Amino acid sequence: MTGVFAAHPVPVPVLALGDVLLVTLQGELHDGAAGQLQHDVARRIASGPAPVGGVVIDISGVDIVDSFLGRVLAEIAASASLLATRTVLAGMRPAVAITLAELGLTLPGLVTALDVDAALSLLDRAPSPVPPAHPEEGA
Amino acid sequence: MVCRPVGHEAHRETMQVAEHDTAPRIAQDLTRFLETRREQIAQRWADAALFRAVFTVSRDEAVEACKAVVDALADVARTGRLEDVGAPGFGAVRDQLGRMSASRSRAGFAPSHIADEVAGLREPVAALLRAEYEEPAGERAHACLLALTVLMGTLRLVVMQTTVSAGEELIARQREQLLEVATPVIKLWEGIVAVPLIGTLDSARSQVVMENLLEAIVAERSQYAILDITGVPTVDSLVAQHLMKTVAAARLMGAECIVSGIRPAIAQTIVHLGIDLGSIITRAGLADALAYALNRQGIVVSPRPVAGASPR
Repeated sequence: MTGVFAAHPVPVPVLALGDVLLVTLQGELHDGAAGQLQHDVARRIASGPAPVGGVVIDISGVDIVDSFLGRVLAEIAASASLLATRTVLAGMRPAVAITLAELGLTLPGLVTALDVDAALSLLDRAPSPVPPAHPEEGA
Repeated sequence: MVCRPVGHEAHRETMQVAEHDTAPRIAQDLTRFLETRREQIAQRWADAALFRAVFTVSRDEAVEACKAVVDALADVARTGRLEDVGAPGFGAVRDQLGRMSASRSRAGFAPSHIADEVAGLREPVAALLRAEYEEPAGERAHACLLALTVLMGTLRLVVMQTTVSAGEELIARQREQLLEVATPVIKLWEGIVAVPLIGTLDSARSQVVMENLLEAIVAERSQYAILDITGVPTVDSLVAQHLMKTVAAARLMGAECIVSGIRPAIAQTIVHLGIDLGSIITRAGLADALAYALNRQGIVVSPRPVAGASPR
């Protein structure tokens, strides 16, 4: 079974909204699709056609977040952060949040928002925590 | 099986045999006795405090209730399951026994007192049973008396069981009511909800608090949630853990959680216990927490210039 999914993973679409990449997860995320998604996001940030100001991952359609998905999300955020891009996790359901808190998986490295709307305004408003590569350029 | 009441050894032997062989016959004897003396037993029981206090209207009613109990005992004796609390014979009177024990508990009697009252029912029946035999010290009478004692013991257990289960039902109902009552989620401002926690936080309650709060965060689209623990008498490591879990869950949802209402004594306890609440935003009072949340949203509350002060 896993082999089939690994060979032909259903790719998760990565949409560009202005300078923001929007990833909407739905249902289960299989190993292959997760790997593909991490790769896609990193590639789009690094060498996409347009500059990327932030990544929003919408998980309002996800019923179960296990340690695997938690790690995938953290890894996406970490690699985006290496590429000087912020990641916001949006729309976690109450039941999922309770389960994660009970499990002790508090995803410390991730910024969260109530929904995609809030995530977009969060990315708009707050400056990037990663300092620009050439801070003294304008000075 | 012939009974030979000669000497201690023989007595021992027959008793042992009785365990295996004569038990059904003894049970039959007991059944017959209970059936034939039903009226007399009921009349004697009807005067006992246990029945008199419940069936206050008429003595006949009490006698009827007693008869029902005697019938149940006879039923159980017939099946031979003298020690079985779950014997089907008791099923018929379980309700009635429950009502009786409930009315006794309402009158302020402890369960042990009720048990003593049930134990008191044994003596009149035992007296009747002894009178039944020409030779009260005989083997047969002795065994039958023993069986009766066992049966009455079982009845006592059944009454205790109904008493305890009635108490448990009450406790469960009240616990549910407590859960419903004690955790309202209040919208303080656009984007700010608060939960005033009152009473001791245990796992079940904190679970309900967490669920209610998270649901409210979604429904109100709140960025800020305030947990006010002014009404929580003590904070131990378990309560602190519950708080941290709630805060972590709210953060995962994308809301910021503020814990307010930490009294000086509680602050000291937390420090003494070595609980690290460093990851949680804390404020002394609900007002401080609200001010913080408003400030974070860029809302400034300032006093209006007093009308009298402006020159006119």
